[in-house]
Amino acid sequence: MGQVVVETNNLTKTYDGFTAVDGLNLRIEEGEIFGFLGPNGAGKTTTILMLLGLTEPSSGTAQVCGYNPTREPLKVKGIVGYLPERVGFYEDLTARQNLRYTAELNNLPKEEAEQKITGLLATVGLSEVADQQVSKFSRGMKQRLGIADIQIKEQKLAFLDEPTTGIDPEGIDEILQLIVSMAKRKVTVIFCSHQLHQVQKICTRVGILAKGHLVADGSIDRLGDKTIGGGRYRIEAEVAQASPELVDSIKQVKGVLAVQASGNSLLIGCDKDLRGKIAKLIVDSDSLLVGMKIEEYSLEKIYKKYSREA
Amino acid sequence: MYAVFRKELADHLASRRFAILFALVFLAAIFAIYVAIQNIRSVVTPTTEFVFLKMFTTSGATLPSFPFFISLFIPIIGIALGFDTINTERASGNLSRLLSQPIYRDSVINGKFLAGLAVMSVMIVTVIAIVAGLGLRIIGVPPGSEEILRLMVFAIVSIIYGAFWMALAALFSIFFNRAATSMLASIALWIFFFFFMSVIAGAIANAQVPLGSNPTVEMLIRNATIQGMLGRISPCILYGEATAALLTPELASLNPALMVLSTYTSGRMITPLPFNESLLIIWPQIVSIVALAAICFGVSYIKFMREEIRSI
Repeated sequence: MGQVVVETNNLTKTYDGFTAVDGLNLRIEEGEIFGFLGPNGAGKTTTILMLLGLTEPSSGTAQVCGYNPTREPLKVKGIVGYLPERVGFYEDLTARQNLRYTAELNNLPKEEAEQKITGLLATVGLSEVADQQVSKFSRGMKQRLGIADIQIKEQKLAFLDEPTTGIDPEGIDEILQLIVSMAKRKVTVIFCSHQLHQVQKICTRVGILAKGHLVADGSIDRLGDKTIGGGRYRIEAEVAQASPELVDSIKQVKGVLAVQASGNSLLIGCDKDLRGKIAKLIVDSDSLLVGMKIEEYSLEKIYKKYSREA
Repeated sequence: MYAVFRKELADHLASRRFAILFALVFLAAIFAIYVAIQNIRSVVTPTTEFVFLKMFTTSGATLPSFPFFISLFIPIIGIALGFDTINTERASGNLSRLLSQPIYRDSVINGKFLAGLAVMSVMIVTVIAIVAGLGLRIIGVPPGSEEILRLMVFAIVSIIYGAFWMALAALFSIFFNRAATSMLASIALWIFFFFFMSVIAGAIANAQVPLGSNPTVEMLIRNATIQGMLGRISPCILYGEATAALLTPELASLNPALMVLSTYTSGRMITPLPFNESLLIIWPQIVSIVALAAICFGVSYIKFMREEIRSI
């Protein structure tokens, strides 16, 4: 268990009669990539703003890296990066100048700032356009600049609000890689997105928010278990004859969570892609393997189930 | 806050907006000095005490004087520097990024306001210096110490007056989400105060105290008093009165009643007031302008600080 970076206790926010966030209890640990999901208006942004100290909670408390964002907003903002949904830069300044301004606002010493800016621009692949005006940048370039921007400070936590919206597939991959590399440097990432397959690709844990409540919280595998039962993958094997011995021996395979036989087909739940092993087992058991299909439990299914329930 | 101030100042100085405003101010200065040079000989007599100040206040038959230009341009400069203080920042998606940096929220508005104020001070001081310098060169009369003092106070009052318009425009930029709306609202208010307020004040005064064809002195005084009091609702008129007393030492009073009476005693020798007495008669005007600027800034400050940030 890592250090707790974000912890909220019955965090609630009411805007003139409307409860945007209702008794939220969240706990996020160091180095996690936490996928923060939920339909529009579920209260994700409000939660982030409260964690940043930009909005005061109506009741409940929050702790970010040991600080209370309402009472010590500057300390929190000094170590938390926030990439808003529609990030903007000063269009008539260059990429470098924009980052320089952020460095100044963070009181970085000049030389250190210059080094860091050059380094970050290289990391996000903008070295060649570093001295061009941001107004000439594409959406993807601006997003990448945004990722560089939040890393100017010595951050421990990053909030990324829809960082991949409106970006071409290659750009998305680049951004996802940058996020993963941030997490490798022990930066905790809270990733808000509607692009569920992207969340599934990189997030270690997801939380689903619906109408201000956290309706699901856990790793995708676990949520998959809870929702559909039997691991992340579902292998459907069609055999000539499904003998109980075969079922038993498949159950013995490491990683297999559940086996169900219905007629001549076997439904196998497992947390890895075990097609090879299972195929071998079936063949070795002298039963004929007629066909095999694998299906990954998508986050989409989990998401839909939970947001429907709420 | 220093970082915000520096960045905003650099932005202003490098912007096209600044270049345009500066060109405008520069032209106004040249024009004013041209008018003054053309006409100064006719207003200066051997007994005139403040020749250097005359250069600032002399107008032509059809051409307006320097204070008129200044009173016209200062609101424009103030509005131009303030109308997009917050809403453009918000619309461009910079505000949320800015506010998530480790700075207090008021640093944003303070830094921006101070940067605007600095730019405006530079412009106003420059334009006064241009007129003074060119005038000195052309008419060759050096300013006395009191004239310098009066010009300095004039500059300060002008800067505060500009600060009022900037604060007003900044206030609108918080209330209105679009820069065009906030600019239009500021300009509308300016036009109302600058052009219509004196007309409205005159109309109300005439309705209250109809002058008829042969008014008595008492009626004239009552009419002028009502008009004067109503007119002072307008910051433009307050500023006009303040600058008039500063740049025209001969102006003995801003009391409308006394001004009416003075037309009956016009044959008398007019002795200029000493500086401190001029300052005394415009003290209410100066305080009002300072208060207006402070109120506008205060309201924008509170509004900006209190604003619930939902989706910035």
